[in-house]
Amino acid sequence: MSASTLAAPAPPRQSARRRGTLALVGPSVLILAAWATVPLIMTLWYSFQNYNLVDPTQHGFAKFDNYTYLLSDPDFWSSLANTAFLVIGVLVITVGFGTLLAVLYDQAFPGRSIARVLVISPFFIMPTVAALLWKNLMLHPIYGVYSNMMRMVGLTPIDWMSHYPLFTLTLIVSWEWLPFAVLILLTAIQSLDGEQKEAARMDGAGPVARFFYIIIPHLRRAITVVVMIETIFLLTVFAEITVTTAGGPGVATTNLAFLIYSRALLQFDVGGGSAGGVIAIIIANIVAAFLVRSVARNLET
Amino acid sequence: MANVTLQNVRKTYAGGNETIKGVSLTVENREFVVFVGPSGCGKSTLLRMIAGLEDITSGDLLIDGVRANEQQPAERGLAMVFQSYALYPHMTVEDNMGFALKLASVAKDERHSKVMDAARILQLEPWLKHKPGQLSGGQRQRVAIGRAIVRNPKVFLFDEPLSNLDAALRGQMRVELTSLHRKLGATTIYVTHDQIEAMTMADKIVVLRAGNVEQVGAPLELYHRPANLFVAGFIGAPKMNLLEARVLQVAADSVTVSALGQTFVIPVRPDGVTAGDGVTLGIRPEHLLHVSEGTLGGVVTLSERLGSLTILHVKSDDGTMLVVQTAGSDTTDVGAHVRLALPTDSAHLFRADGDALPHVAPRPLGPSHSGGGSDIPAAQTEHFHA
Repeated sequence: MSASTLAAPAPPRQSARRRGTLALVGPSVLILAAWATVPLIMTLWYSFQNYNLVDPTQHGFAKFDNYTYLLSDPDFWSSLANTAFLVIGVLVITVGFGTLLAVLYDQAFPGRSIARVLVISPFFIMPTVAALLWKNLMLHPIYGVYSNMMRMVGLTPIDWMSHYPLFTLTLIVSWEWLPFAVLILLTAIQSLDGEQKEAARMDGAGPVARFFYIIIPHLRRAITVVVMIETIFLLTVFAEITVTTAGGPGVATTNLAFLIYSRALLQFDVGGGSAGGVIAIIIANIVAAFLVRSVARNLET
Repeated sequence: MANVTLQNVRKTYAGGNETIKGVSLTVENREFVVFVGPSGCGKSTLLRMIAGLEDITSGDLLIDGVRANEQQPAERGLAMVFQSYALYPHMTVEDNMGFALKLASVAKDERHSKVMDAARILQLEPWLKHKPGQLSGGQRQRVAIGRAIVRNPKVFLFDEPLSNLDAALRGQMRVELTSLHRKLGATTIYVTHDQIEAMTMADKIVVLRAGNVEQVGAPLELYHRPANLFVAGFIGAPKMNLLEARVLQVAADSVTVSALGQTFVIPVRPDGVTAGDGVTLGIRPEHLLHVSEGTLGGVVTLSERLGSLTILHVKSDDGTMLVVQTAGSDTTDVGAHVRLALPTDSAHLFRADGDALPHVAPRPLGPSHSGGGSDIPAAQTEHFHA
């Protein structure tokens, strides 16, 4: 904003003003730049170094060794697949159910305001607590509420965390992010013109046709925003994995974020971890570029 | 095309709040009926009940003689144009207009030709591939009408369709809608709070107040023979002068009243009034004559000169404010003393309960009558919007 006003053809007084502005804005810009670039440059630097905390004898410039080692490691590719599964799975569940719930909570029914508070509340529970709640209170094969319910109807409880670890993790993260999707989509639905829905009724659109032809197109922007924001956070899911499975069994639930953590802080291979970090940055930027472009296109019309 | 009949239709909301209090009326085939009334009179609710967007609490709605109370909006074969146009913003003009046909599984070619026909009538052909957001207010309005036309409905419903347009465009769309109605010959129900729209477009006006029908009639009938005080005050701009009066004497074909400190013999039947009753004397501004031999005296306090007519606000000798409309550019200055004549055959008399006393010789409903030129002078229309 300020850039466009400054870029305008300026009379002499404006340049004096520009200097004044620069003096005021400069420090914060410098601090923010350092904040962002110093860690980035350090990560880049370490990713080309032999730097292992348990083996100080090996040090010095490593060329592309850290990268070739990482890219030839099957764990890296499985972690990428796990990241993709987690991100896409959570997005499908939260946007899908979020849209349906938003339509539901837009209807008038007794106790609606209480129900709305309840559906939003999981968002305020911190990830570690939420993950522990699900692991130990709900899904534990012996003490869990669900296991108990299954026993009640004569079924054998499932050990979710060991048999379906990634799927279970996806469900837990979805549970945390569903309120966010509902919140954004519900506010968007409420901005839908009531006369449009009535016009559709007059045109002969039943509830299903109204959902697909009126509500979904109206929610397009809101869905894009939800997808973008959730993707940014879901690429870096970490707390839930640490608390529930610690990336296991084996590497079944290790995503890219957890892989970097385990390289750098469990195996003390700072160089390898940094290489993973650089790759994560590249992936995040590619995803962000696509998202920002599609969001910009959606927000235009 | 079809007729619509309402029989003692009522609407009561959950809180026991009754908004439509027993409306009965018939809309004939090809008729243009306007519901008019002040805001909150229930005119939009009544329209939405006909459309099927609101439930009918009791009474019957018949479309072509078939009870339609329980039918879904789409089954009733009606089309509605909304105040906000309610176009689907993500669809092109063509898709907007063809949406109902698409839902009815009409083949693509037939759909296209029907949309093209409507677009031709409304001169929307260059805009078919545009989104509603790229159109002006008047064009959006036409798309909304086109969406209704494409469905070939039995009845067109309009809910204050011109209220979002500016004054000039409103006047233009009024003419377009009237000629469109002529062209299509469609039964139309039109809701507005604008009496100019009601007077100029309607075959029949239904005046509503607080959920009750006050009067049903042709525009000029309402203007010249208002059934009660409310209709007399609501129809006509500037408003009819309503003066306190007292009955002095009652005869078979006239009522003598005192008003403005003078005595008038009004040629109306004295239904339900006796000497000594308080009544209201009504006289339209254009029927008060600004003539030197007039019996009423007063001082001009304000003069509104519109060129083709002049509206004088006169404080009469007994302190009552009168509005006088004269044709042409009256040059009377503010502060000047004027003499006014009150022709008693143009006056209306209303009982204390508001009902009008019937004239002995009702005014003919035509443009030729004494007083103020044509019935709804064009300049008066402008005055209303000014």
